[in-house]
Amino acid sequence: MKGTNLGEFEELVLLTIAALVSDAYSVAICDELEKYTGRSAKLGVVHAVLNRLEEKGLVKSQLGESTSARGGKRKRYYEVTHAGKVALLKAKEIREALWRIIPGFNLEGSL
Amino acid sequence: MKTVNNRNVGPRNVGPQNPEPPQPPRWAQRLLAWYCRPDLLEDLQGDLHEYFERNLKTKGSRRARLIYCLDALKFFRLYTIRKPDFLNLFIHWIMIGSYLKTSRRSLVRNKLFSFINIFGLAVSMSVGLLIIALTTDLRSYDDFQVKKDRTYRVITTYKNLDQPAVDLASTSIKVGKTVQKTVAGVEDLTILRNGFSGDAHVGETVIPLNALWADRSFFKVFTFPLLAGDPATALKEPYSLVLAEKTARKLFGDINPLGKFVRFDTLNYVVTGVANDVPKRSHLRFDALVSFATAEAQFAKTDPNFYSWENVWQNYVYLVLPETSNPKSVQTALANLNTQENAALKNRSFTVTLQPLKEAALGRKLDNAIGPTMPPIVVWILGGLAFVVILSACFNYTNLSIARSLRRSREVGIRKLVGALKSHVLGQFMAESVLISLMALFFSFCLFLVLRTQFLALDPRIGTLVTLELSPRIILYFITLAIGVGLAAGFLPALFFARINALQVLKDVTAISLFRHISTRKALIVIQYTLSLVFIATTLIGYSQYRGFIAFDLGFTTENILNIRLQGNKGNLLSKKLAEIPAVRAVSQSMMITSLGSIHGTTMKYQDPNDSAMVWLNQVDEQYLPVHNHKLLAGRNFTLRPKKGEEREVIVNEQVLKRFNIAQGNPEKALGQFVTADGQKLAIVGVLNDFHYGSVDRKIEPVIFRYSSEEPWGYLNVKIAATDLPATMASIDNAWRTIDKVHPLDAKFYDDQLEEAYSQFSVVLKVIGFIAFLAICIASLGLFGMVVFTTETRLKEISIRKVLGASESGLIYLLSRGFLGMLAVATCVALPVTYFFFDRVVLTNFAYHQPIGLSNLLLGVAIVMALAFLLIGSQTVRAARKNPATVLKSE
Repeated sequence: MKGTNLGEFEELVLLTIAALVSDAYSVAICDELEKYTGRSAKLGVVHAVLNRLEEKGLVKSQLGESTSARGGKRKRYYEVTHAGKVALLKAKEIREALWRIIPGFNLEGSL
Repeated sequence: MKTVNNRNVGPRNVGPQNPEPPQPPRWAQRLLAWYCRPDLLEDLQGDLHEYFERNLKTKGSRRARLIYCLDALKFFRLYTIRKPDFLNLFIHWIMIGSYLKTSRRSLVRNKLFSFINIFGLAVSMSVGLLIIALTTDLRSYDDFQVKKDRTYRVITTYKNLDQPAVDLASTSIKVGKTVQKTVAGVEDLTILRNGFSGDAHVGETVIPLNALWADRSFFKVFTFPLLAGDPATALKEPYSLVLAEKTARKLFGDINPLGKFVRFDTLNYVVTGVANDVPKRSHLRFDALVSFATAEAQFAKTDPNFYSWENVWQNYVYLVLPETSNPKSVQTALANLNTQENAALKNRSFTVTLQPLKEAALGRKLDNAIGPTMPPIVVWILGGLAFVVILSACFNYTNLSIARSLRRSREVGIRKLVGALKSHVLGQFMAESVLISLMALFFSFCLFLVLRTQFLALDPRIGTLVTLELSPRIILYFITLAIGVGLAAGFLPALFFARINALQVLKDVTAISLFRHISTRKALIVIQYTLSLVFIATTLIGYSQYRGFIAFDLGFTTENILNIRLQGNKGNLLSKKLAEIPAVRAVSQSMMITSLGSIHGTTMKYQDPNDSAMVWLNQVDEQYLPVHNHKLLAGRNFTLRPKKGEEREVIVNEQVLKRFNIAQGNPEKALGQFVTADGQKLAIVGVLNDFHYGSVDRKIEPVIFRYSSEEPWGYLNVKIAATDLPATMASIDNAWRTIDKVHPLDAKFYDDQLEEAYSQFSVVLKVIGFIAFLAICIASLGLFGMVVFTTETRLKEISIRKVLGASESGLIYLLSRGFLGMLAVATCVALPVTYFFFDRVVLTNFAYHQPIGLSNLLLGVAIVMALAFLLIGSQTVRAARKNPATVLKSE
């Protein structure tokens, strides 16, 4: 858990935040994750991850304007920090690098 | 992205259509709010709510609620849990250093206010300390008794006709014997009897002893360890004696006293045991114990009444119940015994009940108490007075702190801006007031040490009852009291500061609503002054009543009469010796000294054999009337001293004639009438003017004087010339020593004895007077502080008024008006309250009380007012005289 290494779920969440741009708050993130991954994202889990990402400095959050929905509670909006962007790019590069060294025939047959 | 938004909006549209939408379960909401970190809480609550409303639509309210609960539980994770409160507390502790620093600064900066606060609290708490020490002392009575918690005493209530019931600590021997034999579930029972007094003779040594008769179970019930002898058998045989260690040493020195003999009168008693000396805080006190079998051997045959149910005046029954047993079962057995025995009695009843040993020293007032007792009402009253005085000092603290808030509110504002919470500020000011009260405790402890000696010296009886010695427990109580007082005094100011709005204060100090609390403060001052006035009026009224008692016209003369207690000696012998002293004018003999509170009754009849009544009695000789200047309305004094059993004459007072309607109350015609007193037919030879016999608060009642030669007389009444008292006393002492070498002379002037008889009254007066003094001091200090504060804050206003041409007297009026109004209100409340309290409640208990002088009430008001005027006047004059130029220049 040390450093800025991203776990798989963490990476997904981080990507979702980046994708949602200014609308990234916990419930929206859950919905988006479910939509794209097809697996159910539990609110509690997502929260924990968001908290961890924030601790690692990969995202930052702030409370939005108050609304009359949600029982009058404000939403906490998340935003990817510079460090977060760097981490995402790095993860992508690692993957791409790995993809590049895979010999073409190795995967073709299994698809 | 848009879909998300739409979903988000959805529930909002649903809400208004449904006036009462189902809510998530409340307990889950509370749970979340309880454990969740405050900075995450809103977020999580919002999420849960959003999901809940979404689920409402899709899954129905029941599932939605279930999911809400589960989610609320699932959110319970390490990072969502709030820091426990003790961490906050820990931070508090770290801050205490800072609190102390600011408190100290504030104390030093406001020397006058600090002085008023600390002094007031110290003085008032010292009384509190005294009460604590007193109660602790009294409550620890008999603590050394191992079986204290399950030891009980049988007490008796005696009721005769329509007379008020008398509660006695004593009971009859029959109760003890019956319970011993018939009542199950009593572990041990012992019977004691008092009245054994005599001089112990061992060889040449003679020591007056105070002893009790005690039966053989005594050492099973009570914890008085024996240094020598067998506790099981020591008190078994008649004429056996257990000595206290100190007594044994006095009688036998270092020789082992076991088996030795001690002589009382003509009888020899064998020493069967030596007990440890009785601890100081024991309600049973004795120099020696004599076996109860002795009393049975001596009295049972000659006194047919000895074992009777009605003989309840001298015997004490104590019993121990087993740990598992309930006193109620014994109580029921006693109730049965009551009904059974009282059935045989006419017009009278004796009701026995159990009283826990714990209440023997500090319990209800009982007559015939075997040891020292203090009724709890005394402690309650003293405690109440102390409470009032402490409250008054707390008022001062509250008042002055709020008044000064102007100066400290900026400090509080900054503290709040840098992040102090309400609770922090509250804590800081509470800590400060506790600190101040702990400082006050130090001074009040010094005061307590002084007060203690004064209190113990108030009355010799107090000294025998309590010692007020310190123990760790008492010190702990003291500190608890100080902390309690600190919290009480500091609570209102602390709350006030905690509520201060930081931004507002820092923007504009004057914006703080200082004068919103002015009515509270006014009310506090009015209360203080009302209490002070009530106290001082009480003291003055009480004092005038006391003077009235002492100087009461008893109907005879007590001046220069020296009463000598004969202590068993022959009165005639001493009387002859005394007659040789030139300063002795006359000597009379009497059975008792009247008007000191003790009474002797006898039943009397006139012609109607069915009409008997109780009259009070004194047996006197023919010198008694002239020595005391009793006025004979008719008839003559006693002349011939009758032989034993040949008594024929009686002298009565007017009340007797009235009570029995003898000769229609005509004294001349009553002479020669026969009355029967105590079975003896006597002729009235003289009728006396009415005079006081019992204590002065009783009505004048029928009294008879009898004349008999029966020895021993109780007292000699010696009328002496007032010149050269020391020499006279010395020769009287010499005369005494020629006839009694063992007992020291016990002689007291009648006037002193009267004062002594009302000493309880004077003790109460002194205590109330002292507390009145304290109350006035504290109230005055508070008033002084308020006046200083008000004039200081209004200095600018005063200066401007002055510049604009206001006169000095006008300014003084302006400044003092408010205070004078408060004092007026206090007077209006206090005077009627005090008057009615005394007129309707207290003085109705006294048959011959002085009228409540308006002067007493007004004098108190005058004293308090004079003091208040002095305080207000000095400060307002000072403020009004200040040069406006200097004041205004500095601003």
